[in-house]
Amino acid sequence: MSAGPVLSVRDLTVSVARDEGWRPIVDGVSFDLQAGQILGLVGESGSGKSMTCRALMRLLPGARLAITGGSIRLGEEELTALDEAAMRKVRGGQIGMIFQNPSSHLDPVMTIGAQIAETIRFHQGASRREAMRQAIEVLRQVGIPDPTARAGSYPHEFSGGMRQRAMIAVALACQPKVLIADEPTTALDVTVQAQILRLLLDLRDSKGLSIIFITHDLGVVSQTCDSIAVMYGGRLAELGPKRDIIRAARHPYTAGLIRCQPGAAATGTYLETIPGQPPTVDAMPSGCRFHPRCPRAGETCREHQPAFISVDLGHRAACHFPEGPGQEAAR
Amino acid sequence: MLLVRSSHARFGWRLRLLGGNAALTIGALIVLGWLVVALTAPLIAPYDPIFQDATARLQSPGWLHPFGTDNFGRDVFARVLWGARIDLQISFLGVIFPFMIGASVGAIAGYFGGVVDMLLMRIIDIVLAFPFLVLMLAIIAILGPGLSSFYIAMALVGWISYARLVRSQVLVLKHADFAVAARSLGFGHMRIMGRHLLPNAILGSVVFSMSDAVLVLLNGAAISYLGLGVQPPVAEWGIMVAEGQGFITTAWWITAFPGIAIVSLAMGFSFLADGLGEWLGVRE
Repeated sequence: MSAGPVLSVRDLTVSVARDEGWRPIVDGVSFDLQAGQILGLVGESGSGKSMTCRALMRLLPGARLAITGGSIRLGEEELTALDEAAMRKVRGGQIGMIFQNPSSHLDPVMTIGAQIAETIRFHQGASRREAMRQAIEVLRQVGIPDPTARAGSYPHEFSGGMRQRAMIAVALACQPKVLIADEPTTALDVTVQAQILRLLLDLRDSKGLSIIFITHDLGVVSQTCDSIAVMYGGRLAELGPKRDIIRAARHPYTAGLIRCQPGAAATGTYLETIPGQPPTVDAMPSGCRFHPRCPRAGETCREHQPAFISVDLGHRAACHFPEGPGQEAAR
Repeated sequence: MLLVRSSHARFGWRLRLLGGNAALTIGALIVLGWLVVALTAPLIAPYDPIFQDATARLQSPGWLHPFGTDNFGRDVFARVLWGARIDLQISFLGVIFPFMIGASVGAIAGYFGGVVDMLLMRIIDIVLAFPFLVLMLAIIAILGPGLSSFYIAMALVGWISYARLVRSQVLVLKHADFAVAARSLGFGHMRIMGRHLLPNAILGSVVFSMSDAVLVLLNGAAISYLGLGVQPPVAEWGIMVAEGQGFITTAWWITAFPGIAIVSLAMGFSFLADGLGEWLGVRE
């Protein structure tokens, strides 16, 4: 079983309750996360990437949201079938989560050490003293200098980068197998960003941690991830190894995203953009959800939803007219 | 934003020139002073507070009796010192029970919302519909006069302010990012509410409790004055004022000194409330 994926998501559907019924905002998302793998989940705001990860934790923000289909398997466990008490053991114990804004995601009136120790005590039932000793050890692992003294500090006494390290320490206190990182570097400046990415890579290597990395920054993805999943309008547009996706994107949306990166345009020319706006939940286009903005769209795209088909080894795309590997160079 | 920050910082600097937080310092000194008096009353009081000296009735303040004596020949100075014990106890217990009840109710109402919130808020509306003192007097009348009746009445009536304060804070805080993060660590509702939201929501109530202490102290004195609280011959400032009022034209010291004591302790709490608010506000 060790060769199997740590986390396996199949046809995950999250819907929002509207007067006329359930409307899917995450629609049939499937992916596998292998041990020690970093998966980049990329997409525009509102593409459903954060919602997908909230669904993995079964922490959907709001009573009108619910998982309406699919399965989430963590090792042997089916998370969608667990009751709330069992799910609490999974959260923080087996799946950790870190967020974009560390200053607001740490309790302002509790010391960093106490916050880490609380998690350890909660999940492992360690004694107060033992939990604090472990907390200091975790702080050391995430690169906080003088961890014994800093464990007694409050979040406001930390700098932005240190706070992000502290939040990683809280999330990793109980040695989860999977870490969900929801735009962990977006709020940091570039040098600190690089340090945090380095830290996540180190933790992956030393602990065999699997990471789902949510971001809209393709630059960050290409530095860190092993594979990339691109979401558009609540569906997966493309999924594959990083090299394949960056070098030879098949889905026109992915290709468009890559061309929007500052490095892709020649000096002195305008950056390319993808025209139009991403669709909203209540106004999803028929057929392929990208067709109103797609340069390659044909009649079929308006009427039929493209299947998520394999275009290469381990590389899938949902497009009727995928871009060929050769055409990319010709542009 | 930058402008506000800088003027704010200058304000803080000016306060520090005045010797830090002036209100907090003065308030803490007054309350601490009375606390020391209360604790050491048996040692520093020159007489037994209930000892009646028939040969020394209604003596004006002098060397033997610094605050004079009352109509039973009891030493007013000793009674004021001993009274500090009762009155500090009144302001402490009269605040702590409503505080604890109110904070718990407010946290539950704010966190769970829905039917629970509606039910608890309607109970608050019912309590609010009665005039504060009338309701207290009614409860004490039912339970019978005495300090414990006063505390029970205070707890039954006083919690609503704390409940409303904490509820409004928890309503905001439960959607805060750190509450979401706590959920992602697997924590249950009670732990998030008790360990993470309440400590963050309680600051306003702590400040309020100090000004509430003033109210409770005056209430306690008033209730005792009406004969429903502390019973004679126990030394308590409210009773002393009540007992002395018949002699106000001939022996002003019987009422004046306990009156000054009440005012000074109340002012101490007031300063403490202001200073604490300032201090916590700045620190936040």
